[in-house]
Amino acid sequence: MSTVVGLFNQQLSAINVGAEMFADDIRAQGATVTHVDWAPPGGGRPDVIAALTALSRSDLAAKIADANAEAVERIITSQPVLVGYAPAIDVVPGMTRKTILHAGPPIEFKDMAGTMVGAVTGALVLEGLADNVDEAYDLAASGEITFSPCHEHQTVGSMAGVTSASMFMHVVENRPYGNVAYTNLSEQLAKILRMGANDQSVIDRLKWMRDVFGPILRDAMISAKEIDLRMMLAQALQMGDEAHNRNNAGTTLLIQALAPHILDSAFSTKDKQDVFNFVASSDYFSGPTWMACAKAAVDSAHDIDYSTVVTTMCRNGVEFGIRVSGLGQHRWFTGPAQYIEGPLFPGFTKEDRGRDIGDSAITETYGIGGFAMACAPAIVPLVGGTVEEAIDYSRQMLEITTTTNPNLTIPILAFRGTATGIDIRKVEETGILPLINTAIAHKDAGIGMIGAGLTHPPIEAFHAATLAFAAKYC
Amino acid sequence: MPTRSLIKKNKYIDSVSLMAISTKAAALDGVVNAVAAMATPMNKDVLTNQGLMTDDIAEATPGDLVLIVVTNGDEAGADAAMNALIGLLDRKPTGQASEIVHHTIAAAAAARPDANIAVISVNGQYAAHEAGKALDAGLNVMLFSDNVPLADEIALKRRAHDAGLMMMGPDCGTAIIGGISLCFANKVRRGRIGIVAASGTGAQEMSVRIHDFGAGVSELIGTGGRDLSAEVGAIMMLDGIAALDTDPGTDVITVISKPPAAAVAEKVLDRLAASEKPAVACFLGAGPELMKAAEVRGVQLFNRTKPAALAAVIAGGAREADLDLHEINRPLIEEVRAKLAPEQRYIRGLFCGGTLCDEAMFLALEKFGDVYSNIQKDPAKRLKGSDPSRAHTFLDFGDDEFTNGKPHPMIDPSNRIERFNAESADPEVGVIVMDFVLGYGSNPDPVGVMLPAIIEAKGAAAKTGRHLEVLGYVLGTDRDEQGFEEQVKKLTDAGVTWASSSTNTGILAREFVSEGEDA
Repeated sequence: MSTVVGLFNQQLSAINVGAEMFADDIRAQGATVTHVDWAPPGGGRPDVIAALTALSRSDLAAKIADANAEAVERIITSQPVLVGYAPAIDVVPGMTRKTILHAGPPIEFKDMAGTMVGAVTGALVLEGLADNVDEAYDLAASGEITFSPCHEHQTVGSMAGVTSASMFMHVVENRPYGNVAYTNLSEQLAKILRMGANDQSVIDRLKWMRDVFGPILRDAMISAKEIDLRMMLAQALQMGDEAHNRNNAGTTLLIQALAPHILDSAFSTKDKQDVFNFVASSDYFSGPTWMACAKAAVDSAHDIDYSTVVTTMCRNGVEFGIRVSGLGQHRWFTGPAQYIEGPLFPGFTKEDRGRDIGDSAITETYGIGGFAMACAPAIVPLVGGTVEEAIDYSRQMLEITTTTNPNLTIPILAFRGTATGIDIRKVEETGILPLINTAIAHKDAGIGMIGAGLTHPPIEAFHAATLAFAAKYC
Repeated sequence: MPTRSLIKKNKYIDSVSLMAISTKAAALDGVVNAVAAMATPMNKDVLTNQGLMTDDIAEATPGDLVLIVVTNGDEAGADAAMNALIGLLDRKPTGQASEIVHHTIAAAAAARPDANIAVISVNGQYAAHEAGKALDAGLNVMLFSDNVPLADEIALKRRAHDAGLMMMGPDCGTAIIGGISLCFANKVRRGRIGIVAASGTGAQEMSVRIHDFGAGVSELIGTGGRDLSAEVGAIMMLDGIAALDTDPGTDVITVISKPPAAAVAEKVLDRLAASEKPAVACFLGAGPELMKAAEVRGVQLFNRTKPAALAAVIAGGAREADLDLHEINRPLIEEVRAKLAPEQRYIRGLFCGGTLCDEAMFLALEKFGDVYSNIQKDPAKRLKGSDPSRAHTFLDFGDDEFTNGKPHPMIDPSNRIERFNAESADPEVGVIVMDFVLGYGSNPDPVGVMLPAIIEAKGAAAKTGRHLEVLGYVLGTDRDEQGFEEQVKKLTDAGVTWASSSTNTGILAREFVSEGEDA
């Protein structure tokens, strides 16, 4: 902090915002100057700028700072532990035989994207509620089925996120805070229910997962008792994963931990071999595990008065929804889900892309995934871009977060922690949107994954949240 | 005519850069009109008036960039022009590749604990918010932006005052802090005279005169043009005086402003009187009551810039006898009068600098009643920028009316050239007066851009047997990058009469078109 007379006695050292020529002139005179790459805050919307100004009032800013410190302290000190696998109907709060949980903010069946419709109808066939997908479509449209966001049931779901009663779930306990998070099992790749595919091969696989894969994992965890996911995640990041789209290391670590207990289970050698082969068929096996880990950590920071920290980012293929810690349990702020930019599998074109979908952005909400791209230079060919960009993304995310997480570090950035605690005010001030590193599903039901790439939330969701925050607290 | 338009969502470029880009694009082959602008309501109005509005542009937000080219060739040519315009958006890389780019003042300040001032020149509607962020970060502020609401200015200045920080501006164009010139300022000698200025070109004129008299400037603090209004109450000027009062590098305190609100003027004079250091005030156009108020308090007050600068230099220890006072050249006045026909009676002042315009106008008002201007206080004598001149007319091309959507005339001379061409053809014109402002921020060759028009007009007048008197003032020092001597030489070589100061400019102009010896 400098005072006026202090300023006269110091070397002038400037920060320039606006016309760059003024910075050039200051630099030419031998003084230090930093030119800010500025854009209008709040996307230039006067109402949002007024809200930001109101939130910067010193007494309020102090309360927000305290609340956010509490929120990120909870996220950082969370210790998510895998304690078991169980059918959704047995563990997920509010689950019924006729309930379908889905990714993203609330949505009615008639408004769902093709990808999600494909998954919903496939799940109804799996549950024996319909004989085929046509019947399932009629049932879904009939009003007999309860649709609800995973996020409102301590659950997250990858891509379509469709979760039905019989599906086996990860059960992840957050030790210091006692909350529990759930997510279903990876179907591996690529023609799968979560991507909107629903033919007989998809249903058959889901039945095997329900009848063999899930129970073997359940029994293995009864034997293993618990696996510390945070420690394993930290290790995976250092081994080159970012834990959203690249899970090579995490999957190896997880199956390594489970293997002795799988072998110890009462199933046939053939069943155990099928499990190992299935896990080996895609490195995505641990992807959902990290989602549940992230969900358990971030949920502990939800519902803290005055906190501007984002505790949910998710998409249903039509809308992108966020929730903010200080704005209440089930309050959603939404904007249109974006298209994902990135390479597509051969034979597909940009016109085939569905919009952004899935609860997997819980990883970015926690500070991994796109936020930890610098950990995973090997992912660059999959999502497009360069290694330098990957490193820059991880640096840039610090501008919109509250702090770094010392428990999850990035070797190439001198073991700096991952950017943690997205602050809606910082997103609005900088115009920098959280980076999400995600898969691309086909826009139509029944086809599946067609590529991967990078995307971001719509700024509208942050505008709505910022205005609501100012309305609540100013 | 083939037209192309494109919207770049969430792409922000500052307006000064955009205007430079538009200007470059308009100069491309086959381009009739080019637009690169943020989709603000104001810019949308402009596009609607130009018939360039589209549904897409109507839906764009102020955070979106609109690009338009109107061409006179074929469709392929229009595509090529749009590509060329997009190419102009690519910014030159700044600094080393490894330099970390910051997107907010807060982030930059956190990374630069040594930072002590923020220089802010964003669009007025965002300026107060950014200035508040800078104060939050413990930075002094120079707020160049104008069009900031008065209530915001008052709130910012109060906050800065309470935090012991400087809030220079809004609408502060000039400052020199610790020997570093900020925004529109000249390169002047470092010395022991401190200046607090409520007008940008007034500040430039004072600092340049002090330099020219052989002395130097310790600190030049800008306050913004509204600081001495009754509403703001000179918060920044009083803080600035207090800072100079305690600054060991300052021996003399000087203030300059257009005529302030009376109660505020007295507060400023009281504060100056309270200082142990000698103080000199210059309130342009100050009337007898204000002069009296200063006299009672023992503060030297002037209503012209040159005598104020001289008094400051003398208060700083210089001997008047040792100085080149640039006295008025009386034979020159007679010489010019002899060249003018009887109907050539009027002054037409075309100014870039508001204070320079003011000073010339006040000097004319001492002699004439029929003085019109776009900055006249008397509504009966006020002209719009687009109105034709009447009698003695003084135009400030830096006024909002001319700068709305266009760069300041110190950068872009086009408005003034157009007006000059009109005035030079008027047989009633006795003298056209123009200022040429050098220093940081200004056009790299302000005389050069005006010269072809001057030469042509003088030639055209000569053909009809009429003398066209042009009086030019170059505001600058021998240290300014534009080259002071060179700029003056270009003027005199073209037959322009050179004035050595703002005060002399005003005196010469009015004397050229009057009779008697009342200089």
